[in-house]
Amino acid sequence: MKKTISFPHLGDYYIPISEFLKRTTKANIIPSPLITKKTISIGSKFSPDSVCLPFKYNLGNFIESLNNGANILFTAGGGCRYRYYAEVTEAILRDLGYSFKFHSIMTNGKIDIKKVYQDFKNINSNLKLTTFIHSGIYTLLFIWNMDKIDKIIRKNIGFEIEKNSHIKLKNKMLKDFINTKSIFKLNLLYFKYKHLFKKISIDKPKNCLKVAIIGELYTAMEPFSSYFLEKELASMNIEIKRYTNLSYLLWQKRLLRRYLLRRTKKYCKYTLGADGLDNVYRTLDVIKKKYDGIIHTKPFGCTPEIGAIPIIQKICQEYEMPIIFFSYDVETSDEGIKTRLEAFYDLLNIRRKKK
Amino acid sequence: MIKGYLGIDIGSISTKGVIIDENNEIIASSYLWTKGNPISATKEVLKELKEQIKLKKIKIVSVGTTGSARKLIGTILNASIIKNEITAHAIGTLSLYPNIKTIIEIGGQDSKIILLKNGIVTDYAMNTLCSAGTGSFLSSQAKRLDVDVEDFGKLALTSNNPALIAARCTVFAESDLVHKMQVGYKKNDIIAGLCKSVALNYLNSVGKGKKIEKPIIFQGGVSKNVGVKKAFEDILNCKIITDENGHLMGALGVAILSKDQKEIDFSFDIVEQNFKATSLNCSSCPNNCEIICVQKDGKLLDSWGNRCDNGKKTVDKVYN
Repeated sequence: MKKTISFPHLGDYYIPISEFLKRTTKANIIPSPLITKKTISIGSKFSPDSVCLPFKYNLGNFIESLNNGANILFTAGGGCRYRYYAEVTEAILRDLGYSFKFHSIMTNGKIDIKKVYQDFKNINSNLKLTTFIHSGIYTLLFIWNMDKIDKIIRKNIGFEIEKNSHIKLKNKMLKDFINTKSIFKLNLLYFKYKHLFKKISIDKPKNCLKVAIIGELYTAMEPFSSYFLEKELASMNIEIKRYTNLSYLLWQKRLLRRYLLRRTKKYCKYTLGADGLDNVYRTLDVIKKKYDGIIHTKPFGCTPEIGAIPIIQKICQEYEMPIIFFSYDVETSDEGIKTRLEAFYDLLNIRRKKK
Repeated sequence: MIKGYLGIDIGSISTKGVIIDENNEIIASSYLWTKGNPISATKEVLKELKEQIKLKKIKIVSVGTTGSARKLIGTILNASIIKNEITAHAIGTLSLYPNIKTIIEIGGQDSKIILLKNGIVTDYAMNTLCSAGTGSFLSSQAKRLDVDVEDFGKLALTSNNPALIAARCTVFAESDLVHKMQVGYKKNDIIAGLCKSVALNYLNSVGKGKKIEKPIIFQGGVSKNVGVKKAFEDILNCKIITDENGHLMGALGVAILSKDQKEIDFSFDIVEQNFKATSLNCSSCPNNCEIICVQKDGKLLDSWGNRCDNGKKTVDKVYN
């Protein structure tokens, strides 16, 4: 049987990840079909009701992949109870009668490189350690560069003159990234595109509204799960800052922990699990940087964020920072979110004018 | 000829309309049940407003819509402004009470809290996931007790010993209520308990974590219920303002907002035209976006709801 590998979605990250899998395993790679309402309805049908939203999306992704003929599945996850989701997902899928191989690149919430290499070796016995390391560094750099470009895009996309010019250029960049074998060239491409992105004509007033998105990582990174929040904000001509991205989770988070605890000393004595502490720090950071408002997103029932919300609320009351909380669930209505977002926009605008 | 500004608030349960003059004074107003059909309810409201201004010389120069059907009605009336109900309520209330600090609003299906400071909205919240403790809950309980909703408040005030009723969930409140009935509580005690549970539920869900400061105004359909108002006063330990035009604040606010827009020609002839809203499922991808299409005399006026360009093709296929 031909080996067919699949994995769940998280924003645009499926592009570097499928490239990595292609290079190391030489197998047939099919990322899950793009998330639609069908994905979430399948996912929530077979999930425990009280489990949080990312699990439901992931399960929906897996089932759609398996129906498309995948027989090897990859997943990752750590931090909160997400750490345990790989096991639960596998059990549910086996109960549904699918046969497949299941790999989680995380063991006990940490990436065990040795084990991951062994897993890949089992899939592709011809895999050389050098290829594995080279592709690994390539992928991490790919993600790193993509995240940095995304930051520029978020700043300017709400003000572009020609519609979709940012998205078009990004797609072109991703194509070029994929076609590059060399790590050195990848970096050159990054600088080339950074320059091109800065050259896109925009009509941006100096004192435009600036909003920061904080909160749980999945709803921040997967646009479908937040009902395309960033797109909606861009259409309101708002500059967006988002803290969470994959690079942050892979590298910076671990290095920053002590620093975060020191900065949030007034409010937190210890970490809150997952991104809880990070979000308390981000709230303070946003206030310091004089943004106009904060949007906090989380899936319904996200425990670490529920712990962080009262602290964040208190800080925002102290500094009179407008903040809005969105809690997404399977049944959350599109219209309700839009109404609240519109009201938030009005709030920021009127506040600006009165100042 | 005086200039008039029309504001319409189309809620889930009721539809409200006002016409104001340049000084934000209400010249005409109307308040009717939506009865599940926002288009015909709006037509009725327009008819009533037209009757009221028949003798005065008024020309409508701008139209604003708000409420849950704001987009649909806004499209039909070719509105100058379509605003969400949170902003509309805040603006409307501020025009009458510039010093207000907290707005409590409980409507048919939703409830919200708006906090203001120096005439600016600083924070707001709306109920999510659950509509326990809103107007529809009260009216269904009234039916169970065989009491008119309109008499609910007055009956509640006659009670000296309100029954304790679980406030968290509508279903549990209902089973609690049945239990209290069987134990032999008087009707007015149960009703007073229900009113209290509505207030408690509101403060524990929508008002959670919010700093509620005086002066407070209570609006929305439920504010007509003196029992709930008294319950709020008891719990918050302060006087609460209710306005006789409290239900019109959203419409008033959006009418005020529409004043800043470009003047348009509006005619009441719209009442005679035939509008139809239909929904269409785009089948281009598994997302199956629901597209709302509005027709005027059989012709497509506007459509929305699709997430990508494929939706437009689907609409074109059906209507061309």
